[in-house]
Amino acid sequence: MEATVVKTRTEGTIWGGANKPLKASYGKLMLWIFLFSDSLTFTGFLVSYGLTRFRFADSWPIADEVFNHIPFLHGVEEPMIFVAFMTFLLIFSSVTMVLAVDAGARMKQNMVTFYLFLTLCGGLTFLSSQAFEWATFIKGSYGAVETTGGNILQFVDTNGDRVSVRDFALADDSPREVHAKNKGLWHVGEPATPTTVSLDQVKEGFLANDNILVRIQEKDAQGQHIILSREESKAKFFDEGVMVVEGANLIHNEYGHRLFANYFFFITGFHGFHVSIGITLLFTVFFNSIVGTYEKRKSYEMVEKVGLYWHFVDLVWVFVFTFFYLV
Amino acid sequence: MAQEYNLAIFRGRLKFKDNRSKIWGVFIFLSILTAIEVGLGMARPEALVNTKWFQFIPILTMTPLTFIFIILTIIKAYYITWDFMHMRDEVKFLRRLIVWSAVFFIIYFVVLILLEGQYMYEVLTDGLIKFDF
Repeated sequence: MEATVVKTRTEGTIWGGANKPLKASYGKLMLWIFLFSDSLTFTGFLVSYGLTRFRFADSWPIADEVFNHIPFLHGVEEPMIFVAFMTFLLIFSSVTMVLAVDAGARMKQNMVTFYLFLTLCGGLTFLSSQAFEWATFIKGSYGAVETTGGNILQFVDTNGDRVSVRDFALADDSPREVHAKNKGLWHVGEPATPTTVSLDQVKEGFLANDNILVRIQEKDAQGQHIILSREESKAKFFDEGVMVVEGANLIHNEYGHRLFANYFFFITGFHGFHVSIGITLLFTVFFNSIVGTYEKRKSYEMVEKVGLYWHFVDLVWVFVFTFFYLV
Repeated sequence: MAQEYNLAIFRGRLKFKDNRSKIWGVFIFLSILTAIEVGLGMARPEALVNTKWFQFIPILTMTPLTFIFIILTIIKAYYITWDFMHMRDEVKFLRRLIVWSAVFFIIYFVVLILLEGQYMYEVLTDGLIKFDF
């Protein structure tokens, strides 16, 4: 049979097959290529965010005013602290992941399991933190009024402190009339999340309290939102105010430009989706490590590959954190 | 998996005794960078936000503070990729295959969007909207 075996020119050469030209296994190489393409996806999203953000640079919400909530500390407003904690947490979980990979290279099953468990905890805590951020973002804090053009008017008092719409709106004891098809537009239903105060209540509250001023989206040369005088506030609010906005959804939000909430949900949501996938992979690898699959296989390379994915998630978060919260 | 680890960072200036202490060392370095970033983000010193002495990068609203953030982020990304993802220990060809391609595409995309964005900004602020109520 040897006479019929055909030898090609490339056998034995570095790219001739049956060896590892780049010294990395097939799985690791393919994972690197996947991470490369996924990073381009995130680049696309972040760059489009940058484009929109700088197109509306003089009316975009100020990140320090929006992201200043801390879980378990109601009423304390500290910008950036919680997000810094989330970043630190993810970097720390990356470190425990590298330690797991390192222990795997030395075939130490118990250490691998321990470090994978720590990484899992870090990842789950990060996801819960992100869920908290979303929840507070959606719930809103001070409330605002939207104008006919889709811009947002917020309220401050004469000292410049923010005032909640629910605080100064006059109470209205009359029962709220539920929308029915024969009592208005037939094709419009009840809003999914009705606001706690109506526009009329806010208007009457505004008239009753002389020290309330309107703050518009436009920012001055120092980057602060412009506060109108009492007369200008009254004119702006009563001429152009159309509806009360509390919290945020994909259509409008109380913080400012409509696309602000849109981008926030989309980019952090896409990243959070990647984190969830990472947690699933981590759990699979954690389980396999306990059961001894990698000992049998004599290689912890799967742990290394999942580690690469997890570091990628961390890397993306570093960029998202910079471009969303810092810049 | 008997792998040779590259135990020196900062271009060989700081050498660690084994892989584990290198990992903790890089972690401490990244934490310091993050702390600097967060500190600057919270304090926002006036001198860095004032753009008057940064005229030669007039890209939209880039301030020196923004520039510092981006530089620190790129440094963090470099160390995460190089040490946590073990790129430092991979074959040079693989490193270049992934990193040079990614960097090229990202820079190309960013420059393109900046140019187009500048154009869009000029057109949309000057021309189309008469009165934004």
